[in-house]
Amino acid sequence: MTEDAKKLIIEYVKKEYLDEDSDQVVTEDTKLISSGIVDSFSMVSLKMFLEKKFKIKIPDEKATPEAFDSVNDIVTLLREFTPL
Amino acid sequence: MSNIGSYETRLRDFTWKMAEEELGYGKDGKYNLGYFCSDRICEIGNGTKVALVWEGFTGEVRRYTYDDLRIYSNSFATLLRQNGLLPGDRICVFMDRIPELYISFLGILKMGGIVQPLFSAFGEDALAMRLEDAKTKAILTTRKHLGKVRRIRSSLPELSLVIVVDAGEKPLEQGEIAFSMEKAVKNEHIQIATVGPETPSVLHYTSGTTGRPKGALHVHSSVIAQAITTKWVLDVRPDDIYWCTADPGWVTGTSYGIIGAWASGITQVVLDAGFSAHKWYAFIEKHRVTVWYSAPTAIRLLMKEGLDPVNKHDLSSLRHLASVGEPLNAEAVLWSEKAYGKPFHDSYWQTETGSIVISNYPGMKIKPGSMGKPFPGITAAILNPKTFEPINTVGTVGLIGLKPGWPSMFRMYWNNKETYDKKFQNGWYICGDRSSIDSEGYFWFVGRDDDVINTAGHLVGPFEIESALLEHPAVAESAAVGKPDPINMEVVKAFIALKPGFAKSEDLSMEIMNYIRKRLSPLAMPQEIEFVDSLPKTRSGKIMRRLLRAKEWGEEIGDISTLEND
Repeated sequence: MTEDAKKLIIEYVKKEYLDEDSDQVVTEDTKLISSGIVDSFSMVSLKMFLEKKFKIKIPDEKATPEAFDSVNDIVTLLREFTPL
Repeated sequence: MSNIGSYETRLRDFTWKMAEEELGYGKDGKYNLGYFCSDRICEIGNGTKVALVWEGFTGEVRRYTYDDLRIYSNSFATLLRQNGLLPGDRICVFMDRIPELYISFLGILKMGGIVQPLFSAFGEDALAMRLEDAKTKAILTTRKHLGKVRRIRSSLPELSLVIVVDAGEKPLEQGEIAFSMEKAVKNEHIQIATVGPETPSVLHYTSGTTGRPKGALHVHSSVIAQAITTKWVLDVRPDDIYWCTADPGWVTGTSYGIIGAWASGITQVVLDAGFSAHKWYAFIEKHRVTVWYSAPTAIRLLMKEGLDPVNKHDLSSLRHLASVGEPLNAEAVLWSEKAYGKPFHDSYWQTETGSIVISNYPGMKIKPGSMGKPFPGITAAILNPKTFEPINTVGTVGLIGLKPGWPSMFRMYWNNKETYDKKFQNGWYICGDRSSIDSEGYFWFVGRDDDVINTAGHLVGPFEIESALLEHPAVAESAAVGKPDPINMEVVKAFIALKPGFAKSEDLSMEIMNYIRKRLSPLAMPQEIEFVDSLPKTRSGKIMRRLLRAKEWGEEIGDISTLEND
């Protein structure tokens, strides 16, 4: 289940936040926020995606750059709200 | 004692001629801004001084001396000349915050070109619109952003050259060349382009309520104002380690993240990484930053993280803090005193003004939440919005007007004289912001006088968003307005009426949000979409954004006599 969630998020990040010509590799450890792949404005759409896919509500105070900085970080955050 | 000393004395005695002489501007016939930011510092004996300490998101650090700036910018200038670029050509820099961005900026100026910096997060439409308007001849970029350039290139016949500064081994296409700054032949001496004080230098695009983005054109003598304000407002001194957190895709990142800093001969640090409180504090601690010029959005994000991360870092090197972008709220000023032991000094200016025009100064009493007072040499007033006559009543809200004539003022909107002319009324430059003045002469920001959205300190034009929205297959009509946001002051909200056959859904919201983010930029992406059956319009069919915005802000709706019947 956790692996499925990671795969789903990685695919979404690649599709939505990387240039279509990019050959950048995204893994569960890739820095998303601090590397600039996802900026603070774009975090809103990523948060919406996670809330919809996992049927949860992430409070704004939990949606910090640190909590979204890698797929592993995101999964750790998601586990607070849903069993993965 | 601060650099400015007594504000009142400076106000009384200051002339722009003094600032010009202090910089040595025009001495020996030298006017080139690129020269003042590199060669001149070397000529006065500081060639070995560190000019730039750059840190990437992985922690990699690179250092460049003023001699490096001089030589590498020579290399860029030579490259451009060898490829047929001429003085006056618009040359775009479209990169993340890497050293090549900062140094090529100087190189373009030194060969006489006009630098057109564009925010690297711009999507294809936003990029194409600005390159097309400027008839840009060349663009310097990186592999990361090359795909966007390639996809729009066929629509830009004037764009004859694409320079990729990190090309690597992968092949390039026709009209693209690779250039490695550090591997290129070092040019110790070049003929720096002869320019005058009024020769165009930098073309920054900014957004308006209607129409396409406007290119505000600056000239080489802007450095006079940028250098003196760096000294007096930001209070930089020879031994300072200065950090301007702005991206050079926006005017703060060039006026104070390149020109002001390097014309002053100081060491500046750049962090090319996304925001996180820990990372920022660790950066300050590691590099012993003394002067920090940031933005209210970043300060409010740091406030949100609280004192815990502050207490985990040694921030004792900080000596002076300043802020720009949108009004700095009183709570943020008070919090910074509590967290860092010193307040952020708010400053006010715009792309068009080129340098700080109203500010809180070191040594002057700060009134938290106030914009401060006009910079010496700047005549600012609150104007009646109908007559454009100064209002001399304390506390009355009007338009901020500035008497034209300071060195860094924009000289035109590129190819848009009509809009430029409208910015001047009754002998005043109209900033487009509303404010009042208190009994002690402090300015207090009230809001914009138009529909432009100020999000995280960046202006976003509603028309540009609405035009892009209309190209989405589901959108029949739309309106983009600013809605209040505790961190970014405003964020974009879009009201959308769908075409027949489309139904509102969360999936569609997300699709439209991402569509705008990719076409324009993350800043322009609506953070909220409200689907409506129809939009309020005037009887002549014009969408009444004002009404939608007022509802979002809980304000009086005002005159709706022209509103179309329901």
